[in-house]
Amino acid sequence: MDEQDGDRNRELMLDGNAAGGMLYDVFSAEMTGAPTECASCGRRGEIGSLLAFTQAPGLVLRCPSCENAMVRIVRAGDVTYLDARGAVYLRIAR
Amino acid sequence: MGEPFVSRGFFGRRRQPEQAGRIPPGQYLVDDWPVLSAGPTPRIRLDQWRFTIEGLVRQPVSWSWEEFLKLPSKTYVVDISCVTKWTKLDMKWQGVSVDTLLQAVALDSRAAFITASSYGGYTTNLAIPDLVNDQAFIAYQEGEKPLTPEHGGPARLVVPHLYFWKSAKWIQGFRLEEREQLGFWETLGYHRRGDPWKEERYSGD
Ligand SMILES: [Zn+2]
Repeated sequence: MDEQDGDRNRELMLDGNAAGGMLYDVFSAEMTGAPTECASCGRRGEIGSLLAFTQAPGLVLRCPSCENAMVRIVRAGDVTYLDARGAVYLRIAR
Repeated sequence: MGEPFVSRGFFGRRRQPEQAGRIPPGQYLVDDWPVLSAGPTPRIRLDQWRFTIEGLVRQPVSWSWEEFLKLPSKTYVVDISCVTKWTKLDMKWQGVSVDTLLQAVALDSRAAFITASSYGGYTTNLAIPDLVNDQAFIAYQEGEKPLTPEHGGPARLVVPHLYFWKSAKWIQGFRLEEREQLGFWETLGYHRRGDPWKEERYSGD
């Protein structure tokens, strides 16, 4: 078993562009180029630069600097749940 | 969340008779073991690993990895259903019954729920009746091999009768609670209990 101290496996994660389709469905806008800011460490960057976890019961976008969960989305049947407490803001183009 | 892989070989897959009645509604069977994850896979050094029970107990209890391996363990052969709709039959685990762990603490009479928490920050909520009577265990082997980090190793909670998001990977501890504290997915629309036979996927199901 690998016991490297502090080493975290990032093989399973994608960049935020992989979540573009789902984000488009939720916001009716192209989101991957939209700027955002991590509420935990203050890192600024585009949504597309976040770490995306799509192989899960929902979508989780994490800050690549501190791994804070910035955005979580669950499509629960006919409704969508959104938690963006981990982001200072999301900018949605119209 | 993929589609069932049906065609397997020239004759396709025939459902074996012993599988009848074992696949909950809306689920499909898999032979592989899909890896699901809501965050980076933590690599936990065994000499730093601990499992702790705290909250509404007279005295918190904590085990090191070495101590944990000395606890009586059992082999469990169980079927697992994930809310992303796959079901895997006859998974063979080795682990410690939650009963054994709870026997090491004196529960406060108000304790009714457990928040299971993981290395990496994941949490999930469970009612005590869903964890006792040998229904749940902390596993450190699957298929007679050490649990890999991708699948929650060194140790994960396994609650086979509930959807697999309840079976917290990289388990770090239990916190006994009087009121249910909804966990990572339960705060975002997933069902507080998650019984696959009742299709308790989302809150309100
Ligand atoms: Zn951050």
